[in-house]
Amino acid sequence: MKFKGTNDYIATNDLAVAVNAAITLERPLLVKGEPGTGKTMLAFEVAKALGKQLITWHIKSTTTAQQGLYEYDAVARLRDSQLGDERVNDISNYIKKGKLWEAFESPEQVVLLIDEIDKADIEFPNDLLLELDRMEFYCYELKKTVRAVKRVIVIITSNNEKELPDAFLRRCFFHYIAFPDRKTLEKIVKVHYPDLERKLMNNALTLFYSVREIDGLKKKPSTSELIDWIKLLAADRMAAGELPGVDIEESLPPYSGALIKNEADYEMLEAIRRRFRR
Amino acid sequence: MFLDFFLLLKNDGFPVTLKEYLTFLEALDRNVIGYDPTDFYYLSRCVMVKDERHLDRFDRLFSAYFRGAQLADTERFMQIPLEWLRKNFENVLSEEDKQMIRSMGGLEELMDRLREIFEKQKKRHQGGNRWIGTGGTSPYGAYGYNPAGVRIGQDGGRQRRAVKVWDKREFRDLDDSVELNVRNMKMALRKLRVLTREGVGEELDIEKTIDRTSKNAGLLDLEFVPSRKNNVKVLMFFDVGGSMEDHVELCSRLFSAAKHEFKHLEFYYFHNCIYEAVWKNNARRFSEKIPTFSVLNKYNGDYKCVIVGDASMSPWELVYPNGSVEHNNDEPGLLWLNRIKAKYPFTVWLNPVPQDEWRWTESIGMLNDFYEGNMFPLTLSGIKDAILALKRRPGHHGASRLPA
Repeated sequence: MKFKGTNDYIATNDLAVAVNAAITLERPLLVKGEPGTGKTMLAFEVAKALGKQLITWHIKSTTTAQQGLYEYDAVARLRDSQLGDERVNDISNYIKKGKLWEAFESPEQVVLLIDEIDKADIEFPNDLLLELDRMEFYCYELKKTVRAVKRVIVIITSNNEKELPDAFLRRCFFHYIAFPDRKTLEKIVKVHYPDLERKLMNNALTLFYSVREIDGLKKKPSTSELIDWIKLLAADRMAAGELPGVDIEESLPPYSGALIKNEADYEMLEAIRRRFRR
Repeated sequence: MFLDFFLLLKNDGFPVTLKEYLTFLEALDRNVIGYDPTDFYYLSRCVMVKDERHLDRFDRLFSAYFRGAQLADTERFMQIPLEWLRKNFENVLSEEDKQMIRSMGGLEELMDRLREIFEKQKKRHQGGNRWIGTGGTSPYGAYGYNPAGVRIGQDGGRQRRAVKVWDKREFRDLDDSVELNVRNMKMALRKLRVLTREGVGEELDIEKTIDRTSKNAGLLDLEFVPSRKNNVKVLMFFDVGGSMEDHVELCSRLFSAAKHEFKHLEFYYFHNCIYEAVWKNNARRFSEKIPTFSVLNKYNGDYKCVIVGDASMSPWELVYPNGSVEHNNDEPGLLWLNRIKAKYPFTVWLNPVPQDEWRWTESIGMLNDFYEGNMFPLTLSGIKDAILALKRRPGHHGASRLPA
C-alpha cells in the first residue's frame, strides 16, 4: 500500500516518500509550502488513493484542541433536568464528539486532515501532543479513555502564520512542498486539462514563470492560480493568441487578474512597465 | 547504522534529537524506502528537518556526509549482502555494461572475483580503497564502481541525479539562523495584555446565573458575558534606514510578532529621531508624511507606546533645531520625544544594538537617561522587561525637564 500520487494529483518522489513514511510509521505528516501548491488537496488524494475515509478538521482562530476531542453541553443538561427529561440521566447524551473522536472510533483506518493548524492559538498544537502521539485521550465526563481502533493517518497543513512548538514538530514528519519545476508543472496542468494545446501550454508557462520571477511580489502566483488562468485562456482563443506577444516589461498578460491577486503587486508590475518605457 | 550521519548533524548544531534518529532507524527498518539513494535522502530529510528554514543547511550537511561516505572504508563492502549489490547493479548498469558482464560469466562469477581481488588488495596494501574504484584500464573496468552503493555509476545513472537533488540547494532562501524567532517574541509579547469583556455574551457567567436561578425559584435562568479578549492598544514607532539597516531582520520579526499578537496595533516609521512628521509607507515616505501632532491627537493616552530604534545618532540631532540629517526641523528631536512621552505615560524604547555596546554611543546614553532607564535591548529578556515596564503604574513617568 504505497502512495504514488493519483490520476488527478501529481506527487513528486520526495512527497511520496514522506507520505509513505508517515503512513508506515503511523506518525502525523506536517505539510508546509507556498499557498496554492496543493497542501490540502494532498489529504484528499491520499485518502482516495488508499481508499480510506477522510475526516477534515478545518482550524480557525477560535478553534480549541478540546473541540477536536469532544464538547460537553452542561447547559443543555441543566435545562433538561429542570424539564424532567429522561435524557438527563445519561451524560453521554450531552457529549458532542469532535473530529478526533470520530476518527478514533472508526473501525476502519481513516485519514484525518487538520487543515491550517497555524490559524489557531499558539498553544493549540501543544494541547494535541499526547492525543496525536498515543492516539488516545481521556473523557472526564464519561470517565473513560477513548482509544483509536486503528491508528489514524494524520495530515496537517500549515501556512507559517505562527511557528509551531518543537515538541510538536518532533512528533511529526515534515515535508515542504517546493514550487514545482517546469516539467512537473506541465504534468500538473496536463492532469487538469488533458487536451490543452502544446503551444498554449508552452506560452502560458513561459509567461507564468516570468511573472513569478519578478522580485518583490507580495503573493507570487502559484499552481492553483496557473490552473485558473489556463482555464480562462483555453476558453478565450483570442487572448490565448496574444500570449507570445506579451512581454512582462511592456504589457500585462491577458486575464492578469487570475494571476495577480494583490493591489500592491499590480502597482509593482506598473512600476516595472514604466521603468522600461522610459 | 548511520549514527555518524546523525552525529554530523548534531555536531553541526543542526536541531535534531535522538527521537528523530530513532524514528529514522525505524523507518529504515520497516522498509519505507527501497535501496535508492535519492529516496534515502528524501526520507532522512522528512524525518530530520522540521522547518523549511533548515532545509538548506540539511542539504549541505547531507552532501558533506555523502561525499565522506564515498571515501568511507571499503571494509564494509565485505559485509554487504549480494542481494543488495545485485539490485543496485541492475539499476545502474547500462546495456553495454550488462553485455560485458554476461561475456565475463555473469554477475555471480564477477562478484566472486571482485571479492577475491578485494581480499588480495587488503593484504597487499592497507586502506587502499581506490583500487577497485578507479581501475579503469583493467578488465574489471566495467565494474569499476564502489559497490557500497554510493560511488557507483559516476557517469549517468540515478546516483548522480540523486546527488544533484541535495547539491542544488533549492531551499537556500528559506534559511535564516535566528535565535529570536517570531514564536518566542509572540510568547513574550503575549504578556502585554489588558483583558476586557466587550461584545456579545458567549461565556456563561456562573455567579450571576446561580444568583438569578435562585431568585427564579430554582428555575434555570442563564446569564452570559462576553469572553475576555486582549484589548491592549499599542502604538509603535520604527526607526528605518541608515544604521538601522543592520537590524532590519530583527525588527521585521518583532513587527510580525506584534502584528499577530495585538489587535489594536498602530505603527509609524521615522528616521533616527522622531520629529514633526512620521510616515506609514516606506516607499512613499517623502510624499505621504503624517504630522506627528495628528498622531498624538488620534491615539489616546491609554495606548502603550513602543519605540524601536538604535538611538545611534549625533547628539545634536536630539538637542538642536535643524539638527536632523534629512531635513530642517524647527524644533529639536528631544522636544518631540518629550511630547510623546507626556502623552503616553507608558513608553519604552527597544534597542536592537547589543546592550554592552550602548556605552560607546553617546546618544544611546542620553535617550536611556531621558526614558529613565526604560530603554531595553531587543532580545527576549529585553522584551520581557519592556513589557513589565509597560504594565507598571505610571508614577515618576511623564514629561521630563529638558536639558538646557
